[in-house]
Order: sequence, then C-alpha cells, then structure tokens
Amino acid sequence: MSIEEGAVQAHEAAANAPTAGEYIGHHLTHFNSTGHPQASIIDFSVINVDTLFYSVTLGLLTIFLLWLAARKATSGVPGRFQGAIEMLVEMVAGQAKGIIHEEESRKFVAPLALTVFVWVFMMNAMDFLPLDVIPNIWQQITGNHHAYMRVVPTADLNATLGMSMGVLLLCVYYNIKIKGFGGWVHELFTAPFGSHPLLYPVNFAMQMIEFAAKTISHGMRLFGNMYAGELVFMLIALMGAAWSASGTGVALWVGQVLAGSAWAIFHILIVVLQAFIFMMLTLVYIGQAHEGH
Amino acid sequence: MNLNATLFAQLVVFFTLAWVTMKFVWPPIVKAIDERAKKIADGLAAADKAKTDLVNAEKKATDELRKARESAAELRGGAEKQAAHLVEEARAEAARIVAAAREAAETEAAAAAQRAKEALREHVAQLAVAGAEKILRKEVNAQAHADLLAQLKSEL
Repeated sequence: MSIEEGAVQAHEAAANAPTAGEYIGHHLTHFNSTGHPQASIIDFSVINVDTLFYSVTLGLLTIFLLWLAARKATSGVPGRFQGAIEMLVEMVAGQAKGIIHEEESRKFVAPLALTVFVWVFMMNAMDFLPLDVIPNIWQQITGNHHAYMRVVPTADLNATLGMSMGVLLLCVYYNIKIKGFGGWVHELFTAPFGSHPLLYPVNFAMQMIEFAAKTISHGMRLFGNMYAGELVFMLIALMGAAWSASGTGVALWVGQVLAGSAWAIFHILIVVLQAFIFMMLTLVYIGQAHEGH
Repeated sequence: MNLNATLFAQLVVFFTLAWVTMKFVWPPIVKAIDERAKKIADGLAAADKAKTDLVNAEKKATDELRKARESAAELRGGAEKQAAHLVEEARAEAARIVAAAREAAETEAAAAAQRAKEALREHVAQLAVAGAEKILRKEVNAQAHADLLAQLKSEL
C-alpha cells in the first residue's frame, strides 16, 4: 500500500466518523423518555432516564455499602472496612456538630450529609470510567448506533439542582420548626436591614435573592465542575481519535494518553473536593436555617 | 443542560436515601463508635487504677519486707542472747559441779588421811609397846599401863 492510498483510506474513515462537534454533542445528549434530544430549555414532561438510572443505582450502592458496615458494626476491634466507614461517619458527625448546634436536627441532617457526601462522590467518580465504554455497550445492546447515554449524573443540572432544592426545602422546614411560622415570616421581612415598614419589601427581596442564590449556586457549582470535567475528557478523547500513521498522528495519540492520565489524576481531587463542598454547604445552609439574623 | 422532570425525581431520591441512612445506617455505626469510646475510656481508667494499685502494692511489699527483716534481726538477736545465756548457765553449772566434786574428793581424802593416821598411830603404839616389852624384857601389864600407852598414842 502506498502512502497515498493509506492517506486516502484514513480520509475516508475520518469522513465516516463523527466530526468533533458531533462527537461532543452526542456525548452531551441525555437518553431521555422521548428518545430524541430535548427541544426546549425547560420541559417537565421529559425525564432523563440515564441520569435517574445511574443516580438511583449509585445511591443504592452507597446505601448498601454503608449498610454493610452498619450491619456488622461492633464496638470491639473494627475491621478495615468498618474502620474506613467509621472514619467517614466521624468526619461527617464532627462537621455536623460544629455547624448545627441543635441535637434533634442532627439526627436527620448528619446521616443526610453522610449520604450526600458518599453518593455525590460515587456519581462524580463515574467520570473515571473510560468515556466511550458505557455508551458503546449501550449502543451495542440497543443496536442503535446513535443511542444516547450519559453516565455522570452530577454532570446533569437536573440532578444537582434537584439535590440543592432538597436542601432548600430542608432550610424552609427547619426555619419554620425552629423559629415557628410567624417567627420565620417576621425574619423574612425584618432581616437583614432592620424592622421598619419601609424596609419590609427590601428585606423580603433580599431574603428571596439569598435563598435563590444559595440554592442555584449550590447546584450549579457541582454541575459546572463535573460538566467541565467531562468536557475536558471529551476533548482529550478527540485528540486520540484524530490519530493516524503520521508523526503528528502518533504525537496526538501520545498526547491523549498523557493528557488523559494527568486530567484523570487531577480530577480525583475535583471529584472528592466537590462532593465534600456539596456536603459542607448542605450543612452550612441547614445550619443557617437554625440561626436567627 | 436542559431542565426537566428528572429534577423532581432526583429530589425524591435524595430524601429517600437520606431517610434510609438515618434509619438503618447511622444509628448502628454511631452506637458502635460510642460504645467503643466508652470501652476505651473504661480501659484507660482501669489501667490508671491498676497503676495506682501496683504502686500501693509495691509500697506494701517493701514495708512487709522491711518488717520481716527487722523481726528476723530481732529474733536473731534474741536467740543469740539466749544462747549466750545458756552457755553461761552451763558454764556456771559445770563450775559448780567441778567445785562440788573437788570438795567431796578433798573431804574424802582428808577422812582417808585421818584414818590412815589413826591406823598408823595404832600401829606405832603397838610397835612401841612391843619395843618397850622387848627392851624391858619384862612383862608389862597392859592394863596397868594402859593410861601410859594412851598418853603415848596421843603424843605421836
């Protein structure tokens, strides 16, 4: 085979393969209940099957792992697994204790924080799986080579905003529980600027903005980090996809290996850190609901 | 990044998982940790107590040892004193016995000497009479001269 023939073949293969834009666009499209990409920005008749499947599966796995440790928990000498889970529990319990001073609330909020931490970590960690493995398997199973599948639930804004809205609901619940409904409404209109009829609208607007900002930033932060991380993995994968039997091609292939390894290693930090931040903010926001302005 | 009903599903999953953790995971683990903490605290307290006990026991043992040594010394002193006393007594007894024996022997010797003297005196008197008889060649009436003989005997 002459060099020219090889170049022609490579060109044909490239023509059949998706373009970079198509590849990334395909990877960023959810497998949802309609079977085709969602048209409008907001459409509550659609549900992302892949996000829900992976988040529920990983949630169950989280609970199962924690339950495994809880089932055999002994006050005697703990095994390594129990010791590891206990370290987690103690870490979360310590943070919860430092932030939420209400013993009664901690009975629910501390386990919630533990679940959030481990669960979010698991969902983030889906990023470490080779980018194309699960989507390709899914395409083989369905026989549809254009089947959509995203495997990182936290790179879906619905998942992260769903959780941050859960935290918002808890904030409202604890505000009412601790301060009473009247007390909370009073706080909504008199804090942060003070109790004066002229200031009531300003205070209320401020409070609403505060709640909205907290909730949206809470969900967006995790989503943004994981989405960006996923995107970088896709770009790195594109490097290797452009490889050919030329010097530049081999360099691209080596580039994918190097960049992919480096980004994966750095991503370990992001995965754990974002899970921790999500848990800490959950505790902080619920803690704020316990304190009067 | 489209919003859809996944959001609410995720919200429900979030609360469900948290509830399950609260119900079935958190309590046993925290209980185990707390119990172990208590066990360790008890163990440390017991170790402290054991240490104090050990110090006390060591002090007691030293005291006992010292007491035993003292009483042993006392006993030995007593025994030595008693032994000395016994030896002294035995020596005195021995001396007494020796003295008595010597005295008895002396008395006996004196008596024997007296007896020998008496017998000798008797013998000498007879010898004197016999000598006188021979010298005088004359029968001497022993009865008539008994006084004379007795005087002579006492003079010997």
